[in-house]
Amino acid sequence: MSSGVDLVPLAPVLRNYREQATSLISMLQEIQKIYSYLPEDVLKHLSQETMIPMSRIYAVATFYAQFYLKQRGRKVVRVCRGTACHVRGSSLVLNAVERELGIKDGETTPDFEYTLETVACIGACALAPAIVINENTYGKMTPSEAAKLVSRKEKKE
Amino acid sequence: MSTQMLNSSPGGTQTVIVCQGTGCVSSGSVKIFEELVKGIAQEGLAAKIKAKISGCHGCCEQGPIVIVEPEGIFYCKVKLEDVPEIVASQLKNNHPVERLLYKNPLNGEIIPHYRDIPFYAKQQRLVLRNCGHIDPEKIDDYIAVGGYQGLKQVLAKMSPEQVIEEVRRSGLRGRGGAGFPTGQKWEGCRKADGDIKYVICNADEGDPGAFMDRSVLEGDPHSVIEGMVISAYAIGSTEGYVYVRAEYPLAVKRLRLAIKEAEARGFLGKNILGKGFSFQIHVNEGAGAFVCGESTALMRSIEGKPGKPRQTPPRSVEKGLWGKPTSLNNVKTFACVPVIITRGAGWFAGIGTPKSTGTAVFALTGNIMNSGLVEVPMGATLREIIFAVGGGVLGGKPFKAVQIGGPSGGCLPESALDLPVDFDSLDEAGAMMGSGGMVVMDRDTCMVDTARFFLEFTQAESCGKCVPCRIGTKRMFELLTKITEGRGVAEDVEILSELAEGISTTALCGLGQSAPNPILSTIRYFRDEYDEHIKNHRCRAGVCKSMITYFIEPAKCQACGSCRRQCPTDAIEGAKNLIHIIHQEKCVKCGNCVTACPPRFSAIKVISGEPVPAVLPASERTLVRTKGEK
Repeated sequence: MSSGVDLVPLAPVLRNYREQATSLISMLQEIQKIYSYLPEDVLKHLSQETMIPMSRIYAVATFYAQFYLKQRGRKVVRVCRGTACHVRGSSLVLNAVERELGIKDGETTPDFEYTLETVACIGACALAPAIVINENTYGKMTPSEAAKLVSRKEKKE
Repeated sequence: MSTQMLNSSPGGTQTVIVCQGTGCVSSGSVKIFEELVKGIAQEGLAAKIKAKISGCHGCCEQGPIVIVEPEGIFYCKVKLEDVPEIVASQLKNNHPVERLLYKNPLNGEIIPHYRDIPFYAKQQRLVLRNCGHIDPEKIDDYIAVGGYQGLKQVLAKMSPEQVIEEVRRSGLRGRGGAGFPTGQKWEGCRKADGDIKYVICNADEGDPGAFMDRSVLEGDPHSVIEGMVISAYAIGSTEGYVYVRAEYPLAVKRLRLAIKEAEARGFLGKNILGKGFSFQIHVNEGAGAFVCGESTALMRSIEGKPGKPRQTPPRSVEKGLWGKPTSLNNVKTFACVPVIITRGAGWFAGIGTPKSTGTAVFALTGNIMNSGLVEVPMGATLREIIFAVGGGVLGGKPFKAVQIGGPSGGCLPESALDLPVDFDSLDEAGAMMGSGGMVVMDRDTCMVDTARFFLEFTQAESCGKCVPCRIGTKRMFELLTKITEGRGVAEDVEILSELAEGISTTALCGLGQSAPNPILSTIRYFRDEYDEHIKNHRCRAGVCKSMITYFIEPAKCQACGSCRRQCPTDAIEGAKNLIHIIHQEKCVKCGNCVTACPPRFSAIKVISGEPVPAVLPASERTLVRTKGEK
């Protein structure tokens, strides 16, 4: 309980649980909204307060792709790997971004600036291949344009 | 429906509609709308011209889209800087801005009205009847086009049994993919024992390359709510859920807003329309698991548990959510219900084919001219959809295959193009209606790589509960990887087929049972590509990296340096007036040089399965320019 994670924001989540029996998934979604990932200490605290065993929390947190147990970067780069993007060359786009950032799919740069992810489909298939950086979508990418977008050599984004 | 819309603008006023589906939003339509509103106010046109947003209009390829009604003038690929001209010319002086109108790519002819554009002209929009026309954030817009009439009719003069009978007579089958008769499902749930019953709307559209459900929720959420309330009345349910992918924030936002508005107007909540019937809807956001699109897994997920499917029977209509009878339908199924009520089962059954009534909605994507959302009567052929509506293959390249039904579906070859699109024909051909993604693939798509792509997805999304899926999809993925990496042996295709058959008959749920379809269909129709990969180390599409080499054709290279500058590993050597060469040992096959080389030169050749020519020595690479070049 001492790692410096602030547990105060957790109070309304626990209150909702007591009053409305919110599901574990909803609680984890709320926690992730607050902390941007699921810190271990917070989950332990959640387990103690709700009497839900840590094993069950861990089972749910690792089953769903949207939960993160590790801190993520300030900028999250999502390379769309939907079918439409795939047939328009998104694997080459992914390779280019990986090369530029020096990390693989699912990893975060050591300075927590970038996290690289792939997504199954963002539904902007007319813009294929597409990548999303935080909230912004960039369509009709080529490998070199995508690399330029995340390039740290010059300021961009 | 669109004609009804045309007449609905009162007293000579005009409405300018800015599409805010995901595609158009991604290309900047939010700012365009703000700018238009500002421009209209500045010019003092606000009394005469109304500006509003809409959900997806369907022709995503041409986005951002701006439409002026009642004329139906269609502006495409609008940029922020075009807005002042639209305001000054079109809105103020009724003079269309010609350069922003749609041009027929075949002959360059300008088509000012969207109804005349082939993409729209060949469609029949029933599920998408309001998408792109009404403002999804305003319930009055929905009511103005006849919304909630079906519900009123049901509550005023129909018994639950009559509603079920009407839906049954319409022949409506589940739009989620399997095509189970909706009326039969509702009846099963109505007759099941239980004090509490649930209605669930499955909006967990996880298939890569599909965005129909999202577009309906974003563009016309009330039609889904109305369908759910009617269904709840028929079944005898008072509580329902919409399970929607969390990756669809806009759909979630508009749905929540629509629920609030519907409650405020008495279409939802306690004592609906004063008729004593109550029904409430909860929105449940998924957390990123493809398997949750499977109905029993989805219900586990609503219960807050890991979304793992269970054995059936008992069927969900008897023992579903929290062990209670539950009826689950897809977004599009619900969206069909209100029009079945208002226009009658006979009208609906008259569309499509006798066994697959109504329409089919597809997200048409991939190597296609007009990516977008299309809706055609069941029974239309693939050729009509891809060529007449979709405008054919992008860049005029030869057609190779069309993938239908996502990871559960299959790839069909050119010989299948005249197949009618309905539940049963697609099934027979080895594809599946699935969730309705339709991805067109051109000559440069490798079919073995495509199968591997889908298996990479399914093995990662397998929940791990049953052995055939957990281990089987992984083994199939490994075999496909082996083949695409040039390590395949002759028996591999036989082993793959055997595994595929075994898994499809023994896996627990639909995900596992259908996971082998991409393999089975590609082996069935594109067996020669598998053999070429294994025997000749040749990938004819030039996709599989281990068997391709990029080579600069000396006769075509103009030493412009474009490829050299884009190469991330400095594998390209060359200089001004010196024909470039690639050092193969440094090349990582990123493909940058291919896109960098100006199309008028097209000097980079992808070689596979044949010897690579030796590079010329530097002394022979001096460029000799012919007249007129510099």
